[in-house]
Amino acid sequence: MRFSTLLKNPAEWMQVPGPESDIVITSRIRLARNLVGSPFPGWAKKADRIGIMERVRPVLEDLNEMTDSFSEEMTKLSAIEKQVLVERHLISREHAAKSSGCSTVMNRKQTISVMVNEEDHLRMQAIRPGLQLLSAYTVLDDIDSSLENELPYAFDHQYGYLTACPTNLGTGMRASAMLHLPGLVLSEQINQTIQGANKIGLAVRGLYGEGTEALANLFQISNQNTLGTDEKEIIEHLNRVITQLIENEKNARMKILEDSPTMMQDQIGRAYAVLKYAHIITSKEALNHLSMIRLGCDLGFVSDDEREVINVLLTEIQPAHLQISAKRKLTPEERDILRADIIRNRLNRLTPPDFSSIVNERDDDE
Amino acid sequence: MKCDVCQKEATIFFSQVVEGKLQKVNLCKECADEKGVTDPTGYALADMLEGMGEEEVTESVIETDELVCPSCGFSQTDFKKTGRFGCSDCYHVFDEGLEGLLEAMHKHTQHVGKVPATFPELPESNLVPAPEGPMENSPLDKLSELKVALSKSVEDEDYEEAARLRDEISQLETQMGDS
Repeated sequence: MRFSTLLKNPAEWMQVPGPESDIVITSRIRLARNLVGSPFPGWAKKADRIGIMERVRPVLEDLNEMTDSFSEEMTKLSAIEKQVLVERHLISREHAAKSSGCSTVMNRKQTISVMVNEEDHLRMQAIRPGLQLLSAYTVLDDIDSSLENELPYAFDHQYGYLTACPTNLGTGMRASAMLHLPGLVLSEQINQTIQGANKIGLAVRGLYGEGTEALANLFQISNQNTLGTDEKEIIEHLNRVITQLIENEKNARMKILEDSPTMMQDQIGRAYAVLKYAHIITSKEALNHLSMIRLGCDLGFVSDDEREVINVLLTEIQPAHLQISAKRKLTPEERDILRADIIRNRLNRLTPPDFSSIVNERDDDE
Repeated sequence: MKCDVCQKEATIFFSQVVEGKLQKVNLCKECADEKGVTDPTGYALADMLEGMGEEEVTESVIETDELVCPSCGFSQTDFKKTGRFGCSDCYHVFDEGLEGLLEAMHKHTQHVGKVPATFPELPESNLVPAPEGPMENSPLDKLSELKVALSKSVEDEDYEEAARLRDEISQLETQMGDS
């Protein structure tokens, strides 16, 4: 499959709804694996890395799941193409910065992607819409089991799968879910929530992983411990916490509707106005307003048909996607204009939010 | 007194003798936590000084207690710098002190969960320290013996012996994998 084909098709998770997908956008599982007898990518010489890549890539491409895959060396991709893959969560920002001996293999539906020679020899990921951590794991576990027949994994009975960084030892598994939590943000409970999650061994990060800002009220929650707890238990624990977070988020939304419905109407109404009529818009402003329209869909103020469009827009208005669609490099100012054009165009069917379901008692939240 | 890192009020005063010279560092609570001074696992003043640009001090420390992986040439100093290992053999070479580090990271230090089907199952009795005597001749005991010997030979900088032991270990591991 060529890069242009990959681009034309939005990832499957953007189009197909999953369980709890009003609040849980995606579920992801990542496994880290290394081959015995070769230095880890960060310490390996160029020749070692190339050797690993040449050994691993054909095995990956031969997997049943990888029929008609996209498989490319990082050196053969332009900076913008790599950034597109980052914006789609198919590779990490770190992997985008890699060069010789590093490659990426992914399936057509973009549900499975494997980074070769990122921090570990193999970093494979499965991504599913909504809350489906276990089914994402099952898919990846099968792939992992077929790979272990072909590739000699570095494994130790005490430490589990041996990884470059000791924080990934044991299962080598990171399970994460992307949650849309505008209720907890608007009601200022989000910091408390993040701290609570940290205390029970979970990490909460922004839209693009470690150290990134929580744009669009989107948060990634994931396990931190990988050693001493098995895969199913890690997933069950995360599932329990996420189910609780969904509950909290729903309560927060109801409470805002009850205590300050005008504030809620104002936020969603403004988002509608700006997205519909702006001609210059930054990525941050656009993402935050899209979050409010999504919230409007969840609460029944905005037509549910727009949900898929919003999912697609979340990635389509990112810098690299804009430049690919313009077929040239754009200055930040040009990007803001093109972004506004694309949003107005995509949302042309969006009708004004209908707040008639709110019992219209004016609240006094002045 | 001011914190040497951020100039806030210092509350933690740390001294260490490096190369016969007394080094003192004053830190505020935040910087101390960040640098891991209050964390008992593997803090060295020299590491922090390195971060503060006094490379001369660290250089001499590197020479005195250098432990190097015979398979990939990775050193303990490299690990302190990057927080990552050089290859899968490093986990055996730098075994000492690893347990404490892993406990801080994961709470547990024994893997449970998936085991590659290509690996032999570990008998239940080996999960606890192996009893002395009767089991001495099992390949697993032999393996752990060899691994201890490997760490020791590396420590003694006897790399020829270390390489021999490494090969013996991997041979034994392959045999166990086949059986």
